Amino acid sequence: MKRISYFPWLLLPLCISASLTPSARAQEGRALEFCLHGEPKTFNPILVDDEASENIRYLTGGVLVRVNRQTQIMEPSLAESWQLSRDGRKITFHLRKGIYFSDGAPFSSEDVAYTMRLLMDPKTHSATADAFRSGEGTVDVQTPSADTAVITFPARIVGLAQAFDQVAILSARSPKKEMSVLGPYYVSEYKAGSYVLLRRNPNYWKHDADGHALPYIETVKLDIQRNRDVELMRFRRGELQLINRLDTEQFDRLHKEDPAVARNVGTGLDGEEMWFNQTSSSALADYKKAWFQNTGFRQAISAAINRADLAQIVYNGYATPAYGPVSPSNHFWFNTSLAAPQHDPQAALQILSRSGFRLENGTLKDGTGHPVAFTVITNSGNAAREKMAAMIQQDLSQIGISMKVVTLDFPALIERITRTFDYEACILGLVNTDLDPNSQLTVWMSSGENHQWNPNEKVPATPWEAEIDALMKEQASNPDEKVRKASFDRVQQIVAEQEPFIYLVNKNVLSAVSADVLGASPVALSPQAFWNIETLKLKPSRELGATK
Amino acid sequence: VRVHKSLRIVSRVALLVIFGLGLFAGLITHYSYAFQFRQLPNAGPSNLHILGTDQLGRDLLTRLLYGTRISLLLAPAAALLTTLVAAVLGGIAGLRGGWIEKVILASADLAMSLPLLFVLIALRAFLPLDLSPGVSVVVTFLTLGLLGWPSSLRVVWAVARNLRGSDQILLARALGYRSSQLLFRQILPSLRPVSLAQFWIAIPLFILTEATLSMLGLGVMEPLPSWGNLLHGFEDFSAMAANPWRMTPLFVLVFTVICFQFIFPASEELA
Repeated sequence: MKRISYFPWLLLPLCISASLTPSARAQEGRALEFCLHGEPKTFNPILVDDEASENIRYLTGGVLVRVNRQTQIMEPSLAESWQLSRDGRKITFHLRKGIYFSDGAPFSSEDVAYTMRLLMDPKTHSATADAFRSGEGTVDVQTPSADTAVITFPARIVGLAQAFDQVAILSARSPKKEMSVLGPYYVSEYKAGSYVLLRRNPNYWKHDADGHALPYIETVKLDIQRNRDVELMRFRRGELQLINRLDTEQFDRLHKEDPAVARNVGTGLDGEEMWFNQTSSSALADYKKAWFQNTGFRQAISAAINRADLAQIVYNGYATPAYGPVSPSNHFWFNTSLAAPQHDPQAALQILSRSGFRLENGTLKDGTGHPVAFTVITNSGNAAREKMAAMIQQDLSQIGISMKVVTLDFPALIERITRTFDYEACILGLVNTDLDPNSQLTVWMSSGENHQWNPNEKVPATPWEAEIDALMKEQASNPDEKVRKASFDRVQQIVAEQEPFIYLVNKNVLSAVSADVLGASPVALSPQAFWNIETLKLKPSRELGATK
Repeated sequence: VRVHKSLRIVSRVALLVIFGLGLFAGLITHYSYAFQFRQLPNAGPSNLHILGTDQLGRDLLTRLLYGTRISLLLAPAAALLTTLVAAVLGGIAGLRGGWIEKVILASADLAMSLPLLFVLIALRAFLPLDLSPGVSVVVTFLTLGLLGWPSSLRVVWAVARNLRGSDQILLARALGYRSSQLLFRQILPSLRPVSLAQFWIAIPLFILTEATLSMLGLGVMEPLPSWGNLLHGFEDFSAMAANPWRMTPLFVLVFTVICFQFIFPASEELA
């Protein structure tokens, strides 16, 4: 009797299992495993301000609209559609129906209202909210129906809809608070300093073309590992399946071993640049200030730098000479009419000659007889920047300029470039996480604190800075994308002519994807290797196959 | 003893050769230590570049020779400074005892509790940016020499304290030696073996500390070479394994340190 009574219970799971195709059912047993490079500071998506937490927010958070990391185009997500008012202050979201949080709480416009109120509350101190702060006044959120949310801001916000890509919706009613999520995964387990375990959200709303529930992979294990060499070693052992970003040497090593797993995505958004201190209040000698404020001098330095060599030698060819403030991988905003930077020491000398400099016995001198020599600072411990500085040193020696290189610890460097202005030139990198130029307002506006060559100007120091100010205001206030694009194209053109920043290289995005992962196609935007986590699949493990 | 004597001769000759190669680097190689052969980065040994090139295409032999000059002149100089300070202060503390001993030992403890790297980082932040690489490297080694004495002092003091009650010192006191005579004629000569040991230990330590400092931007600045910055490539051991000729600076460092251990007579020989 006992055997008979158990029989149907044994058969039932087998029958269910047989009725599902491998792609239809979530992949149980094996976990997709990769690394976070730091401890996540929070699981609350509106408090995120570090990379590890941001990755978890991407994996667990449900957003109203999502920027497709591959096409760089906004796509509907929890909102089926949205409308932006003409004045750019109001956005109306039409939400999907029948959606539930991971703990079963229903999703409605009340949750959107709750999230926005919490996000914009000054007491929350949310970095994500900065993108929505446009002027004095409060943000009004109306919920005319359960599937409609109307959000009105005190002033126009350019790129408003895109900013919602970072806003993960919280549940207004769930007792689990921020642990109740709408994204593909939820946080199941967290061991500080060790790992974060994510499990598939059973209520996730997305389905594939065949109607099967997404995501396919049941479990994602995020190991907390700061050491990149250990990460690579574990990947090579088969313990990890993805590495989001590799440095060039790691990539080369991996590529030699197995070209199929090392993925060179191409030019990324990040760039490296050099600039001269043009701050009037600095303690630099007047003749040096005159050099650095001289457009011809900056253009000549730019022409003397061999960017192709920097890309080839420092980055093993995994970088491209930089054109300007926007990387070519930013499809919409990159100004395609910019001329490619040319390495031409003779042209550099001609420009210098026109600017009153002369070459005497191999030493460049200015009009008053001062030999041209300056010191460039960069942050210590960054081998690539130290190598670039050494290469620029040799390039500039060919036009008679003596350049010293000093590496400083990061706090000392920041102190010099932002407070004391006790430096002559600097090499640093620019990390771009946002495609929209609006995020660069503090760099380009002459009053901006990140207007690095001459920050916090009361009035623009030069006519071209005044023109950039006007263009940046225009792009920040005009709702017409074509007008915005034209304005920012002109900004890029001015920057290319005036060279307040001498752009050096744009680094490639290098990732690693194990052959066990199906469907991965790393992209330039973050999170590079797992942007399409929902559709990734794992090959059945060998052990599992042997058991079968 | 005979084996040690042979090794001593070999070591002295080897060190003289290494010193000589460093001092006369300009006669041995016609390349500049800074010039980048950009078409040949990470090149293997060849007729043109006997030890190959580094990541920027700079001739590795040239950089090794000029780096030898810097490391072999400045690391022993810093070690000597450290040893002298430690011997004098350790000798005084051991000889006099009492409150002088307490003050010196407390100062050593205080100095040891200062994180050396942070002191050097702070120092670098105060130095003018336009210091030439040569001056910068001298300042670095001078600072190392001035800050490195406390650990040696503890060892030297322990020996000096034992000497304080020895028959030798009692006899010297009975003969009417003053404190300074006791220190310079009795204590310091007796401390020579332990001070020498500290000196030899300090040399490779300073070479390696300089490597760490170079990494933090406080050591020898580009394009000036030193053994320290030549060893930087060891962060990426697999790259080193692929380009084994780049390990030459390591072999030279190890060989030099070993030679330093043998150039003075062993205690058995002295006996």
